Amino acid sequence: MQIQPAMPRSWRPETKPHKFCPGCGHGIVLKALGEAIDELEIQDRVVFGCDIGCSLLSWDFFNVDTVQTHHGRTTPVMVGMKRANPELIVVAYMGDGGGYAIGTQHLVNAATRNDRITVILVNNTQYGMTGGQMAPTTLPGQKTETTPFGRDPELTGYPIQGPEMVASITRDGAYVARGTVARPRQLKEFIKRALQNQMAGRGFSFVEALSTCPTNWRTNAEDTWKFIEKEMTRYFKVGEVKVPPELARGKGEREDG
Amino acid sequence: MPTKPKPVEGEKKVFMTGNEVVAWAAAAAGAECMYGYPITPQNEIMHYWTRLAPKFGLIFLQTEDELSAGFTMLGGVLAGRKSFTATAGPGNTLMQEPLSMAEMMRLPAVVVIQQRGGPSTGQVVYSQQEVTLTSLGGNGEGLRVVYSTSSHQDLYDYTIKAFNTAWRYRFPTFLLGDGYQGKMREPVVMYDPEVRGVELVPAEPYVGRPGTPGVDRPPAHLRNAYSIEEELYEAVMELVREYEKVAPEIVEHEAFGVDGARVVAVAHGVVFRAVKGVVRELRQQGVPVGYFRPITLRPFPADALRRVAATGVRLLVVESAYGQLARLVKEALSGLPAEVHGLYKPGVLVGQGEIATRIKTLVQGG
Amino acid sequence: MARPVKILLAGEGGQGVQAVAEIIAEAAYEKGREALYIPNFGIEQRGGVSLAFVQVGDEPIGPPRFETADLAIALSDRAVVRSRPYVGPETTFIYDSSIGTNHLPQGVARLVAVPAIEVSKKELHPRVFNVMILGAVIGLTGVITVEEAKEAIERRLGHRFEKDPALRELNHRAVERGVELVKGKL
Ligand SMILES: Cc1ncc(C[n+]2csc(CCOP(=O)(O)OP(=O)(O)O)c2C)c(N)n1
Ligand code: SF4
Ligand SMILES: [Mg+2]
Repeated sequence: MQIQPAMPRSWRPETKPHKFCPGCGHGIVLKALGEAIDELEIQDRVVFGCDIGCSLLSWDFFNVDTVQTHHGRTTPVMVGMKRANPELIVVAYMGDGGGYAIGTQHLVNAATRNDRITVILVNNTQYGMTGGQMAPTTLPGQKTETTPFGRDPELTGYPIQGPEMVASITRDGAYVARGTVARPRQLKEFIKRALQNQMAGRGFSFVEALSTCPTNWRTNAEDTWKFIEKEMTRYFKVGEVKVPPELARGKGEREDG
Repeated sequence: MPTKPKPVEGEKKVFMTGNEVVAWAAAAAGAECMYGYPITPQNEIMHYWTRLAPKFGLIFLQTEDELSAGFTMLGGVLAGRKSFTATAGPGNTLMQEPLSMAEMMRLPAVVVIQQRGGPSTGQVVYSQQEVTLTSLGGNGEGLRVVYSTSSHQDLYDYTIKAFNTAWRYRFPTFLLGDGYQGKMREPVVMYDPEVRGVELVPAEPYVGRPGTPGVDRPPAHLRNAYSIEEELYEAVMELVREYEKVAPEIVEHEAFGVDGARVVAVAHGVVFRAVKGVVRELRQQGVPVGYFRPITLRPFPADALRRVAATGVRLLVVESAYGQLARLVKEALSGLPAEVHGLYKPGVLVGQGEIATRIKTLVQGG
Repeated sequence: MARPVKILLAGEGGQGVQAVAEIIAEAAYEKGREALYIPNFGIEQRGGVSLAFVQVGDEPIGPPRFETADLAIALSDRAVVRSRPYVGPETTFIYDSSIGTNHLPQGVARLVAVPAIEVSKKELHPRVFNVMILGAVIGLTGVITVEEAKEAIERRLGHRFEKDPALRELNHRAVERGVELVKGKL
């Protein structure tokens, strides 16, 4: 992983270097988000909500108004905020445990209601903050602290297909994509489009980001990248899953709400 | 921008259910958002709110559960709008999670609780069994305000007051009613707070203020998680100090006939209505009895109650729960040699005959 | 302290006891008296026996539910059973004459049978059965007058009477007939 010297304008320099482990994907996702905010020039309108999980470490990450919430509850906080003040551009940032386990009902219902919020969900195949337990995203056979002999799909199922689920329960205005920290430029584009879709008032916007957790994967740099690029992509297909026709047409152009 | 019509103009006497009273009062208090999940016996608060919504520009969302109702409410508060929710029983249990966040982050959430029977699903009608949960729930220190109402006039007055208290002091505030209060009809005077000289404390946004964060102003960085024990300790002690400082301004009670009384009955909510009638009647007959009604259960009117107890009276706590109010009373009186007796009927209203008999026995030294 | 009049109405779902209770409480309130009305609303409410607690007085009413009714009216066998916890030696207990006497409470002040179901069927219309009961309550307690009851009915059903004036007439006769039914029964 390369650390680029240039920091997004919307980052808060005083709180850098950030608090994630070396090699952690969270920083890359937040860099993509920072660049998207910069390019859309929305630093003064964005409110960033972070979950409990390693995402909580980003509570003072940006020069952007930020609210830390509870594990799994970032979605409803941002839904309530957006409905109370639709001028705000709200981002709910969470892990796979927060979004797909404890907060599933919020994700499903916000998507169904087509709430005009942007959800960015970091899929690192396990619970990072609590020390590497199984998540709904854990791969078959993957060892975690609570599946020490590898995840057995017979007992605990297969990895959840988050974006595919969200795509299937949302209607036309929704934007759904899966990016990866292995392709930061593409990830930034996806996040940018998810923000533009909210700004246009079209609908629910969701980006899952495949991400690294070398600490709990217990991988060196080489194995970390092998895991995210080779192993994870066997179950998680990277790309846009659902794009509103208007957004597809406006590809690459600047859109404003 | 055209000014919105006022939900309640001037003053008018009406005859309606308590749930309807709450909806009107919240609107009169300047509340703009209600987020809620259906549960008996509070449903009609949402029903009336949604009917008032188009006319007065109010926001409503029926959420997927009470966790979401509580957290969306916090989102509304963060955006700078007076927001509230209403729940009961098992919903109150779930509501403690968002309210714990409100307590930590000083978010002026307002929650209406119409108590029903418990534990578990219990019954959907009535109880006073949510006193402990509402006053001390969550994984914290119970830094919240709880108003216990006992009439429709209380529901109206204290709903308005709850929003003012919440936004003035920035502690989550509960209105603790019950199913009987929610469902019964009785007269109430509704008024435009301004007409009564009640000033409405304005709401303010926590996020999205003018200017670019980090350029024109510092960003709002609001958190509830801390890295080390000492850091959280400092944060909690700051909350506690602030709470204890404002508590004397918030605390409320009502008392009658306590001077020269041999027995003082302590009750809140609708049970207080029963106690009040009995005590006043016995007093007329010359029985030395008085009553003490805590209006705020948090903060508890401990000083006032201690003054009453210091005269050596016997206290009789009467409640539709098995000693939940009594626990607050005993804590308030700790160190005093006061006798605290209990008449506990979890989930049912305590009858006036029963109360009178118990008081007379205690007066006679039994 | 002047005690309020305490009225318990009990009937099968669909017999309209809640409407009667609401009319009495609201009419009393309209004429400036203190009034409180609360229905029972437990889970059993659907399809079961429906109870209504009404109190009318001149001072603010105490607890919303009372232990002992001054007047209890039960309109079915099951309703009789459900009312029994709320009756005492002072209670006037009214029941419909069609009900068997097995479960009737003992030791009340008065037990009065009124042929409300029969009369409403034969002379008026089954749908105004509850309005006759309203008349009976008025006849027995005087908490509101017949005129006030008619006004309260007008407030609730006026829009329907506009289309069907005969309906108004039917309702008025039902109140009056209810009063007659209990005349001399106290
Ligand atoms: C109600 C509740 N239950 C459990 C926890 C403990 N907890 C904190 S973070 C976490 C899991 C985080 O995993 P994930 O959401 O995948 O985020 P990551 O750390 O992997 O980025 C859990 C279970 C909590 N904070 N709150
Ligand atoms: S534990 Fe994993 S997810 Fe959390 S900061 Fe470290 S590398 Fe990142
Ligand atoms: Mg994770």
